[in-house]
Amino acid sequence: MIDKLLMYLSYPFVQNALIVGVLIALCSSLLGVTLVLKRFSFIGDGLSHVAFGAMCIAGVVGLTNDMLLILPVTIVSAVLLLRKGQRAKIKGDAAIAMISVGAMAFGYLIMNVFSTSSNLTGDVCTTLFGSMSILTLRRSTVWICAILSVVVVIIFVLFYNKIFAITFDEEFAIATGTNAERYNLVLAVIIAVIIVLGMNLVGSLLVSALVIFPALSAMRVFRSFKSVTVCSAVLSVVCAMSGMIISILTGTPVGSTIVAVDVGAFAVCYVIGWITGGARK
Amino acid sequence: MALLTVKDLTLGYDSREIVSDLHFSVNAGDYLCIIGENGSGKTTLMRTLLHLQSPMAGQILAGDGLKLNEIGYLPQQTIVQKDFPASVSEIVLSGCQGRCGLRPFYGKEEKKLAKENMVRMGVSNLAGRCYRELSGGQQQRVLLARALCATRKVLLLDEPVSGLDPKVTADMYELISKLNREGITIIMISHDISAAMRYATHILHIGDSVFFGTRDEYLRSDAGRIFLSQKEGGENT
Repeated sequence: MIDKLLMYLSYPFVQNALIVGVLIALCSSLLGVTLVLKRFSFIGDGLSHVAFGAMCIAGVVGLTNDMLLILPVTIVSAVLLLRKGQRAKIKGDAAIAMISVGAMAFGYLIMNVFSTSSNLTGDVCTTLFGSMSILTLRRSTVWICAILSVVVVIIFVLFYNKIFAITFDEEFAIATGTNAERYNLVLAVIIAVIIVLGMNLVGSLLVSALVIFPALSAMRVFRSFKSVTVCSAVLSVVCAMSGMIISILTGTPVGSTIVAVDVGAFAVCYVIGWITGGARK
Repeated sequence: MALLTVKDLTLGYDSREIVSDLHFSVNAGDYLCIIGENGSGKTTLMRTLLHLQSPMAGQILAGDGLKLNEIGYLPQQTIVQKDFPASVSEIVLSGCQGRCGLRPFYGKEEKKLAKENMVRMGVSNLAGRCYRELSGGQQQRVLLARALCATRKVLLLDEPVSGLDPKVTADMYELISKLNREGITIIMISHDISAAMRYATHILHIGDSVFFGTRDEYLRSDAGRIFLSQKEGGENT
């Protein structure tokens, strides 16, 4: 088994996949706490559907690098959704449902009508569940993922205190002179980038699991914002790493294996939280 | 010049007027209680003073070198905060966010300020504890320490004692009163008429009739007499 693993690890495309996977897992976990606490868990889900729609269009138009279309479309949707959330006639969750389901329907429709691919079902399945695409990443995509991940991590660190302030109490932050609107915008852009990155790893249906599971797990065990953030980052990286290795060794699909490991980690954290919480009281 | 001057203010939302032609001013060192029935616009007034929403008409002027981001605010607790994983020191420190501007991290000065205010509110022994595991009174003290990090001059308090037991309520009022004696101007929304009468220097009553003046004037006024007798009647039954 070890030999098999080492053999795989000596291939550059496997190394690439692992590096990209780890980077994506790291940055996808960072904003999980904020999204869960602001009751935005579904935004990740909604955005991934939008990204799916954009990906279909990119595929049909024949863009060589589909990120160029997916990223801007998703960012715009994220900004609109977070903006609308505050003072819209259609309430946040309904708006998300509308946009996401609509985008998905149109994406599949366009793919079906215009696609030249011989294996349509396979293509759709790949976009939705990620399949083995992480191992067949092109060099350009690897670079884009790596650069974007690093940028997301840097922005998160720089805005960490401001993100904390607007997550804990947005009204207080505004009243005491923090430009919450600006930072919500930053938040929206980062979320969109994370979703698009995450889709490469686990596919669009599973990407919100990558965002919220590590955060929810960490919140079971830790009790300060900093420790929760650090723990969810570590947890996410460990889960993604072990998920990828398991999938390489056993031949299971990458995306669902990683998410399954995430779910397992949540169960473990839940039990730990239950025990330590019980002991404390 | 007064710290805050409100002129011809009309409040409301969705083009529905709640209060119109409101006039009052707050001087440094005042202890103003805003009272009135539920739905009379107390919270709307507070949100307008904090620039969380814009007035339908009229002006709010700040004087005495008070900048708009130098107001401390103790909001009513939100649902989000009830299960927020954050330590006490993280929360108090976040009160300094306004003075950081674009600077990404807190400096020595902010950390010192946060520490001082934790000591001032008697929560420094809780610094590493998780906020959601504290009692209601402790949580209010933490939020008060955070508000003090944002201001040296004015505190706006929205029902600071709601949900607290009588003993903790009394402590909370004493604490607020102590801050007032130390020179911080207090503007407080309250349901608790007897406490308002005991601690406030000025009363703003909004509702069907609007009254603004000192506490003694209020006790002598028609609006005050009617409201007080109603309240007492209500409490006795």
